[in-house]
This record gives sequence, C-alpha cells and structure tokens, in this order.
Amino acid sequence: MQSPSIAVEAKNVTKIFSQGKKRFTALDNVSIAIRKNEFFTLLGPSGCGKTTLLRAFAGFEHPSQGSILLYGEDIAHLPPYQRPINTVFQNYALFPHMTVAGNIAFGLEMQGKPKAEIEETVDRMLDLVQMQPMRDRLTSQISGGQQQRVALARALAPSPKVLLLDEPLSALDYKLRKEMQIELKRLQSETGITFIFVTHDQEEALTMSDRIAVMAGGRILQVGSPHDIYERPAERFVADFIGETNFLEGKISAVEGNNISVTPDAAGAGRSIQIAVDSEQPQAKLKTGQRVTLAIRPEHSQVIRVGPESDEAFISGNLDNIVYFGTDTHYHVRLSDGSLFIVRQQNSQILGDTLAKNETVGIHFAADAARILWD
Amino acid sequence: MTTKTDATNTTNTLPAYQKREALNRWLLSLPALSIIMLAAIGPLLIMLMYSFMVKGDYGGVKLWEFSFDGWMNVFLQRDIFDDTLGFADAHLTIFWRSLKLSILTTLTALAFGFPTAYFIATRPKHTREIWVFLITIPFWANLLIRTFAIQEVIRNEGIINNTLLAVGIIDSPIQMLYTDGAILFGMVYVYLPLMVLPLYASMEKLDFRLVEAGYDLYATRWKVLKRIILPMVKPGMIAGCILVFIPSLGAYVTPRLLGGGKNMMLGNLIESQFGAGRNWPLGSAISITLMLVVMFALLFYVRNVTRSGAGHG
Amino acid sequence: MGNRHFNVRTLPGFGFVALLTFFLLYLPICMLVIYAFNSGDSIVQWEGFSLRWFETALNNEAVQEAAGRSVLIAVIAATGATICATMAALATTRVRPYPGLAFKYAVINQPLMVPEIVTAVALLIVFSKIKVWTGYSGLTYLVLAHTAFCIPFAYLPIRARLETMDSGLEAAAADLYATPWKAFRLITLPLLRPGIIAGFMLAFVISLDDVVITEFVKSGGQETLPTYMLGQLRRSITPEINAIATVFLAFSVLIVTAFFFTSRKKSE
Repeated sequence: MQSPSIAVEAKNVTKIFSQGKKRFTALDNVSIAIRKNEFFTLLGPSGCGKTTLLRAFAGFEHPSQGSILLYGEDIAHLPPYQRPINTVFQNYALFPHMTVAGNIAFGLEMQGKPKAEIEETVDRMLDLVQMQPMRDRLTSQISGGQQQRVALARALAPSPKVLLLDEPLSALDYKLRKEMQIELKRLQSETGITFIFVTHDQEEALTMSDRIAVMAGGRILQVGSPHDIYERPAERFVADFIGETNFLEGKISAVEGNNISVTPDAAGAGRSIQIAVDSEQPQAKLKTGQRVTLAIRPEHSQVIRVGPESDEAFISGNLDNIVYFGTDTHYHVRLSDGSLFIVRQQNSQILGDTLAKNETVGIHFAADAARILWD
Repeated sequence: MTTKTDATNTTNTLPAYQKREALNRWLLSLPALSIIMLAAIGPLLIMLMYSFMVKGDYGGVKLWEFSFDGWMNVFLQRDIFDDTLGFADAHLTIFWRSLKLSILTTLTALAFGFPTAYFIATRPKHTREIWVFLITIPFWANLLIRTFAIQEVIRNEGIINNTLLAVGIIDSPIQMLYTDGAILFGMVYVYLPLMVLPLYASMEKLDFRLVEAGYDLYATRWKVLKRIILPMVKPGMIAGCILVFIPSLGAYVTPRLLGGGKNMMLGNLIESQFGAGRNWPLGSAISITLMLVVMFALLFYVRNVTRSGAGHG
Repeated sequence: MGNRHFNVRTLPGFGFVALLTFFLLYLPICMLVIYAFNSGDSIVQWEGFSLRWFETALNNEAVQEAAGRSVLIAVIAATGATICATMAALATTRVRPYPGLAFKYAVINQPLMVPEIVTAVALLIVFSKIKVWTGYSGLTYLVLAHTAFCIPFAYLPIRARLETMDSGLEAAAADLYATPWKAFRLITLPLLRPGIIAGFMLAFVISLDDVVITEFVKSGGQETLPTYMLGQLRRSITPEINAIATVFLAFSVLIVTAFFFTSRKKSE
C-alpha cells in the first residue's frame, strides 16, 4: 500500500518560553505528520500546546528545537508572510476599516495577483460562504457568525496549501456551531485543502475529523481516527478526556493466551471478570498479579438484576440514581470501594421490570468491551 | 538560518527576520531619543557642569575653572564685610515662599477640585463629557492669558474691588495684586484643571453600590466620605496633587506677573541669576536643586501608585 | 427617612462648591474677553462696545510677525514631534518588556518631568554658547527646543490609540502574505490615524502656547505671540492685549474642540 503523501510535518519540535528566570515548555519533543487533503484535529485541554503547535506551522512561533516541514521542505526559517499557509484566527482578526470583500481580497492583493483574477476569486469565495449580499459592509457591522464565515473565506481565497483553524467556532452559539461544523467539513472536501483544526471540544473533534491528535502538557498522547481514539484510548488521560469512561482498578488473576481474568478491587474477593485482549497489548506485562486499570464506556455496559439464577459475570453495586435523558437512561451505580460506575442504556431496550433506586444491581459488560490501561 | 534536522538535541537559532526586530525597535526610537537627548537632557548635564564652574564677569562662566561657589551660594553667602559665612537669607526666603505657596496651592486646588470632580462624576452619563469639556476649556487658554485674566480681576481697578466698593463693604480698594496671595490665587486658577481631571478619572470608576452599602450600614455622610469614598479615590488624589505641586514649584510666569518682582519664587530667582544677577553657576545650582526636589516628588508618586496596586494610565 | 428622596450620590455642599468653582473659573476669562470689546482705553473701565482694538491688533505689524512665527514654529515642531513620537510609540507599545524599554520610556517622557524654567535656562546655556561659536541665530534653536518638549505630548495619544489596537490584525496581515512594511502601511497606519491626528493637534497647541522656554531660547527680535504678549504686559496695557488674547483663545478652543470631537468619534 502506498503511504499517503505528507502535507505538513513537525519533527521533534520543542518550544520553550522563557521570561527572565521562568521557563515554560509549551511543546515537548512533538512529532506529527499530517496528510494531504486531510481534516486533522489537534485536541486537548487549554494549555496543552495545541495552539502553540498551530502557530509554529503558521510561522508565529519559532521552534526552540526541531523542524517544521511543508511538502518535505524545512520552512522554520520562513516568516509567516512567506509561507503558503493561512490561518482562521480564534477572534477572526478581520480588518475593521475594510469591507467584507476588501478583507477577502487582501491576501490575493498581497500576492500580487491581477485585478480581474482577484475579483473573480472574491466573487467565488463570497458565494462559497454565502456572504454575497454583505460584500460591501464593513466587517464591524456584521454578526459573529457572519464574521466567522468572512474569516474563512479570507483564508481560503489565496488557495493555501494548508488551512489552520484556531478554535474558530468557540464564540458561536450551539446551533450555529453545529451548522458551521457541517459547513467546514463540506468545504474541506470540496476544496481538497489540508485542514488543521484546533479545539478543546472532543465532540467537535470526533464529528469532524479524519484523524485526531490528542495533546496534553505539551506532548502528543495519541494520534488516530475518531473511532480509534474513542474505542482504543492509549492512556488514561485520553480515555477520560474523550467521552465518558468508567475506570476499574484491579489485578490480573489468570492469563490464558488472549483471555485474561482480572479481579477488580470493587468486586470483592474471588469474583473475576474475563477480558479479551488484542495483540497490541504488551505481552510482557500480562502476568498474574500485575495491576491494571480497565476502561469501560458507559454504553458498552448493562445493568442486570441480581439473583441466584444469574450466572453472567458481574460486579455488584448500589443503584444510587437513575437519570432519564430522553434518548437514553443513565444508571449511577455505587461500587463497594466507593467509586461510581455509570451505565448508559438506550431507552429502546426496555428492561422488563423497572429498577428502583437503592436496589442492589449488577454491572455486566462483554469481554472485549473493556480496554486495559497501564498505570 | 538553516537548522539541523536530525534527532539530536540542537537548539535552533532565531531566524533572520526575528533578529532584525530588536534592531528595528532601536532604529524606530532613535529620532525621538536623539532629539530629546540633544535639546532636553544633554543641556541639563551641561548645566550641571556649569554649576561647578567659576562665574564669568559679564555673565556666563569661565570655562574649565572649577569652584564650589555656585552650590555654596544656594544656601549660604559670604558677608562682604567680615568674610564670614552666613545663611543666604534672600534665597532661603524665596525657597520657603515657593514651598509654602506650592503646598497651599495644592491644598486649595484639592479643596475646590474635589467637590468639582465629584460633581462631574455624579452627573448623568450623557452630560458628563460636556462637563469635562467645560472644565478643560480654560486650561487650553494660554498660561499668559489666564494669568493676565487674574491680574485684571484682582487689580485695584478690577472687578472684585469695584464690586466691593459699589456694595459699600470697603472704602478704598484692597491691594491684592503684587502680594503672595495674588500668586496663590493665580496658581490655583491656572492649575485647577490638573487637579480635577485625575480626580474625576478616579471617581468615575467609583462603584456607588459600595457607597450604598455604607449608608445601608448606618454610616453618616461624613463617615461614608471618609472611609469609603476617600480611600477609593486615593490614586486620583495623589496624581492630582503631584500634577499641581510640581509645576507650581517651578512657576515662573505667574509669580512674575502677579508678584511684581518683589515676591519672587524659585523660577524668578533662577531667571535673575541668568539676567541681572550674572551668576550662572548659582542659577544652575538652584535649577538642579529644583529639579531634584521635583524628581523626588515624582518618585514618591510612582512608589505610592505601584504600592496601591493601581497601574499607570 | 421622611419624604425627602435620599440620593446616594450627593454630598452636602459639594454641588455648591462645584458650581462656584465653575463660575470662578470662567469669570476672569469672560472679563478679559469682554474688555477686548471696550471702546475706551482702559482694561477695567467699560466705555462702550467697539471692535477697534481687534482692528489695531490685526494691523499691528509686530503682532502679525509674532503670530506668523508662532504658527510656523508650531507647524514644524508638531510635525517633527508627531513623526518621532509615532515611530517611538511603535517601538515601545504592545511589546513584551525588553531590555532598554524602561530607558526609552523615561527619556521620551523626560520633558514632562522637569520644570520648564529648568529646561529653559539649560537651553539658554547651551544655545548661547553655540550662537557665539557659529554666529547662527535663526529659528532652528526654537524649532529644536519645541520639537523636544512636544514629543511626549504627541506620544501620549498615539500610544493610547496603539494600545487599543489588537496586534492580531498585523499577525493576520502577515499570515496573508503582507510584508511588515505593507502590514504597517495598510493596516496599522490607517487604524492609528485618529491617534496621530490627536497627537499632532496636542503638540501644535502646546508649541503655540509655550512661553517660558521660548523666552529664554529666542534671539533678539524673534518674538512669538506669547513672548510678544509677555513683553507688552510689562509696559502700558491697552485692550489691544485683550483683543489678541481673545483671538488666541478662540483659536485654541477651536483646535481643542476639534480634538475633543475626533477622540469621541474614535471611541465609538
């Protein structure tokens, strides 16, 4: 299989900010390769370094160590105005003394394109983001959502090789945000430009991206498709940050090839659960007595009645709360070690007799639903 | 600047375009810095040198002949008969008058300026700017014009005396012009807007809900003023006092026009040394002294502002 | 509490003192302006309404010369000061503290920190020596001195305006292929313009009004309007002085009103 061509790449990039005696490491030996025509997202909490990395691509931060490559060429020494990379800024940074059309035309004018071409491109961009009727308005006279679209058009007009988007939707209200997410996805596939998108909203990342890089503390924790990241988180942080996860601490009680038995701390002595591991897991660590953390998604588990006839493996706990959500119901189960385990079941599955609060219930999940995380 | 792309830990040097930034900043500041050095700071240093030289016979100095006489004569003088050193009474009187008048000016300006600033700050929002505008208009009249206007008002044939005579309170005009009081009146008049504006700036930010809370907790108006309003407008008060004190200490035109040559302040004393007094080293020394006092007052202000946590404007 | 409406904001006596202050502030100036229209020769005895003193002042050659010189110096000094101040503001605003910044800031503001009389005699010392050495006693000394003390006045509004400008705009321009010079010309400068205009007007008025430094730096016969007036005040005073002062005042107020309204517009 031919490896996909790389559009932009960071190799061992470290960025340290120093002010007097204080030093802050924003990026710690970050390496990442983003493919052509990809919708790539940098996802992480604030302060994780995602914006710094984006700015390093744009040319606003210079790496203390390492290199930035565009189509294989080192561009770290190039100032921003010499890089064929454009940015959609978080606060849009539209030029207030210019019209919508003037803003969109700016990059083309700086590139020295002929007037006719500029006009044609501006027209095309205005149509693309549906801002034709506003073309002669000053950017200070349009709404936030419209400003966002102008910022997008302005960055796309010069046909950059890569488009960087720095949390562009964070200022929009919920409904508008959802609309723009679909818009952006459409634009990316239509124009074929590589998009690098920065956000702290994991839902946004999951819905829009071809691939996601989860970042924390200046490092990249995991890179993969939304499905990979969600179903197979590599670390506790990733599992916790993306969606909701239940964590069960426990000890390996038996190993049989690809099936291991784990005794959760909360299960009480003797009760163990069967876990199926995939070949990725480090064989060396699969030993009896090894402590592990299991990560189980709420929707991959079920609540069952506890009774003498039930022989499915389960962990028992106290049903603290039942929360009804319309489309599904959350069951909050308090385990014997005090931790809370949340089970999510769609309301299409009727649970026979309804359960009552403070009932003792059992939690069950399939062997391949749990993911092993190493402490 | 090329960077190594292997995996070993090599630190990148700054790209050329960022290195140029520091140089650019110096080049940009150069015109302003050099003009001020040339025509403001440089001459001060030369004046400092002059204060240590021997005075020339017809003014100026005997270049490169050094002496401490200039500085000594600031506070001391040699008796011409028995050659003993005594205090230069005339100078000390002037020092004292300048200090006294400056402090009085500041306090009077505060007394009138505080209610005025408060009044403007409590007007409804849309009229406030007009009041501020009104208080600054007199300030934009030339210093000479304002001082002359005061002169006209307080002279023996001026409107104050005429009104008092007409009403019958006095029989003959009161001599107001060419007194210390006239100078005080003039300086307050000239520098009042400098007190009002910073006070107003502080008061405008006053959160009147805190004042309401004070009243709610049984405070009287006086107590509210003393313990709630005053502490909160302190930065404005200090700024206003400094803005009035410093120029009044170095006032020249106002005491000249309103003091008439008899009631000299430091500015006039300095001028006379460069004019009829023909004692340039002495004039230089007094100027430097005045400058140091002013710098000291400024330092005090800066310390106070940074201590109270308020940022600079 | 009673029926009286308790206004949290009023303090007893403050309103009275404030209004009294306004009255006392305007009274002397109003008197001065009124007597400019006096038909008699006295500045305090009203004889009737007349415009003769305005006529005399306008026809007075010395006044014309002094006024012309004042304006010439003010225009050159304000222009020079504004250019220097704009460049200096760009180098010292919206930057993270760098070595030398505090020094620059102190130097630029230095003329504001020293009493005028001190600067005036210092300049007298230096310039009188240079006049003797070179034999040149033209307007350059005055222009130089005025430019120097006008710089901080032009600097203040420019810096204030610059600080409100989002530096992200220049970043966006760079992102869109604008070189630093183009970004400055097309983005920074247009947005900075209200500040530059305000700085120029402020510097212009400050230069026009200056009396102390001009008095000590000028060579014989080089009167500006304020120094001419100062000279006249030592001799016999006729309402001609009032007339000159009134025109001067009207001109200053005009400029300041314009300044006030442009700064109102830019804050919207």
